[in-house]
Amino acid sequence: MKNSLLALATDALESLRDLLPIVIVISVFQVFVFRGSVTGLMPMAAGGLLVVAGLTFFVFGLRLALFPVGEGLAHSLARKGSVFWLLAFAFVLGFGTTIAEPALIAVAGEAAEVAAAAAAITSTAEAMDSYAFGLRMTVAVAVGAALVVGVLRILFDWSLPIMIISGYALVVLVTTFAPSEIIGIAYDSGGVTTSTVTVPLVAALGVGLASSLKGRNPMTDGFGLIALASLAPILFVLIFGIAVQWN
Amino acid sequence: MELIVTSLRFVADSAVDVLPVAVFLVAFQRLVIGGPMPNGRRIAVGFFFVVVGLGLFLVGLEQTLFPLGRLMAQQLTDPTFLLETAGREAAALVWQDYYWVYLFALAIGFSTTLAEPALIAVSMKANTESGGAIGVWGLRVAVAIGVGVGVSLGCFRIITGLPLAYFIAAGYLVVIAQTAMAPKLIVPLAYDSGGVTTSTVTVPLVTALGLGLAEAVPGRSPLLDGFGLVAFASLFPIISVLAYGQLAALRARVSPSDWDDLDE
Repeated sequence: MKNSLLALATDALESLRDLLPIVIVISVFQVFVFRGSVTGLMPMAAGGLLVVAGLTFFVFGLRLALFPVGEGLAHSLARKGSVFWLLAFAFVLGFGTTIAEPALIAVAGEAAEVAAAAAAITSTAEAMDSYAFGLRMTVAVAVGAALVVGVLRILFDWSLPIMIISGYALVVLVTTFAPSEIIGIAYDSGGVTTSTVTVPLVAALGVGLASSLKGRNPMTDGFGLIALASLAPILFVLIFGIAVQWN
Repeated sequence: MELIVTSLRFVADSAVDVLPVAVFLVAFQRLVIGGPMPNGRRIAVGFFFVVVGLGLFLVGLEQTLFPLGRLMAQQLTDPTFLLETAGREAAALVWQDYYWVYLFALAIGFSTTLAEPALIAVSMKANTESGGAIGVWGLRVAVAIGVGVGVSLGCFRIITGLPLAYFIAAGYLVVIAQTAMAPKLIVPLAYDSGGVTTSTVTVPLVTALGLGLAEAVPGRSPLLDGFGLVAFASLFPIISVLAYGQLAALRARVSPSDWDDLDE
C-alpha cells in the first residue's frame, strides 16, 4: 500500500514535469512578449489539474496492469518460439495500444471537426464520430501490421534502412494520388501513435525478442520497431483518405 | 457540475476503448501461455486506473491544451501585435514578420522534448547498450534541437502555405544520405527517436497551434494547411540524431580515446 502511494506520487511528479515546460514557455510569452498577465489563463488551471491527475492515474494503471502483463507475454512468447503466436501477439499489441492512445483519440476528434467545418464530410455528430473512429481504426491496424513486419525483420534479420527508405518512397508515391486534405493528417498520425502506451511495450517486445535470439544485438535489432510503427500509419491513412474520397 | 458530467462521459468512453486490450491480454494468457492470470486483482485495479486516468486526461485536454494552443496562435498572429513587432499592416505581411511564431515553436519543441520521460529512458538504454559511446545528454539535446527546429519549420510551412509533401520528401532524402554515412550503431536509434519524442501532452498542444495558425493567417485553410507540425517534429530528430552520431564518429576518428568520454 505504502509502495503504491509512493509510485502514484512519482507518477504525479512526472506528469507535472511533462506539463511544466509548456506552462513556463507560455507564461514567459504572456508576460514578456504580449506584456499581459497570466491571470487571464487562470480558468484553464482546472483543466490543467485534470490533465496532470488523468495522466498520473493513467500511467500508474499502465505500470500496475498493462506493462507487466505485456512484457511477460512478450518474453514467454519469444521463448516459446512459435512464429504464428508471436506475430499474432505483435499485431494485437500494436492494435490494442494504439486504440487506447490518448493523443490519437484527441487528434482524430479534432481532425473530424476540421473536416466537418470544411464540408469534407457532413457536419452531423454521427458522421464526425464515424470519421474519427475510421481514422483511429486505420491507424491501429497500421501499427499492428508494422509490428508484424518489425518482428519478421528481427527474426529474419532484414535490413532496416532499406525497409524504411522504400517505405517512405512508397509514401511519397501514394501522396500524389491522395486527396490534399488527408495529407497533413496522415503525416501527423505517424508521430501521434507512438507515445505513452505504445513505446514502452513495443520497446520491451523488440529488445526482449532480440536478446532471446542467438546472434542478434539488442542495440541494432531491438530498436527500429517504433520507426516502422511511425511509418505504416502514414501509408494506411493516405489510403484511408483515397477510400473515403471514392465513397 | 457540468464538468463532472463531462468527466463521467469521458471515463465511460475510455472504458469502451480499453476493454478490447484487456480482453486480448487475458485471452492470450489463458489460451497461449496457459494457466490463470498471475496477480489478477492487481491487474484489475490497474485497468481501473487506466480507464479513469484516460477519461480525466481527455477532459483536461479539451479544457486546457487545445484552447491554449489556439490562444497562442491567435495572440501571435494578432494584427495589432504584428503591427507593433513587425511594423507592417496586415495586408503587407511577409513570412519574416511572424518571427515570434518561430521562436515560440522552437521554445515549445525544445523544452517539452528535453523533459520527455520516454526520451530519458531511451537515452539511458542507448548509453548502456552502446558501451558509453552515445551520451545521455548529447542524445537528449540532439533530439530536442531536432524537435524545436522541426516545429519551427513546420510553422514556416503553414504561414507560407508550401506543400507538406515537398518538405517531407526533401527531409527523407537528407536522412537517406546521412544513413549511408553515419555509424551503423546510431541508425535504428535515430529512426526511433523520431517517434519517441512527440509525447501525449505535446501532441495536442502542437496540433492546436498549427490549426490556430492556419485559421489566423490570411489565405490558409485549417484542413489543407493546419496539420503537419507533428510530422515535422518526428522527422527532424532523425536528422539531428544522425548528425550527432556522425559528429561523434568524426571526433573518435580524430582521437580514438574520445570515444569513452563523449558523454561528458
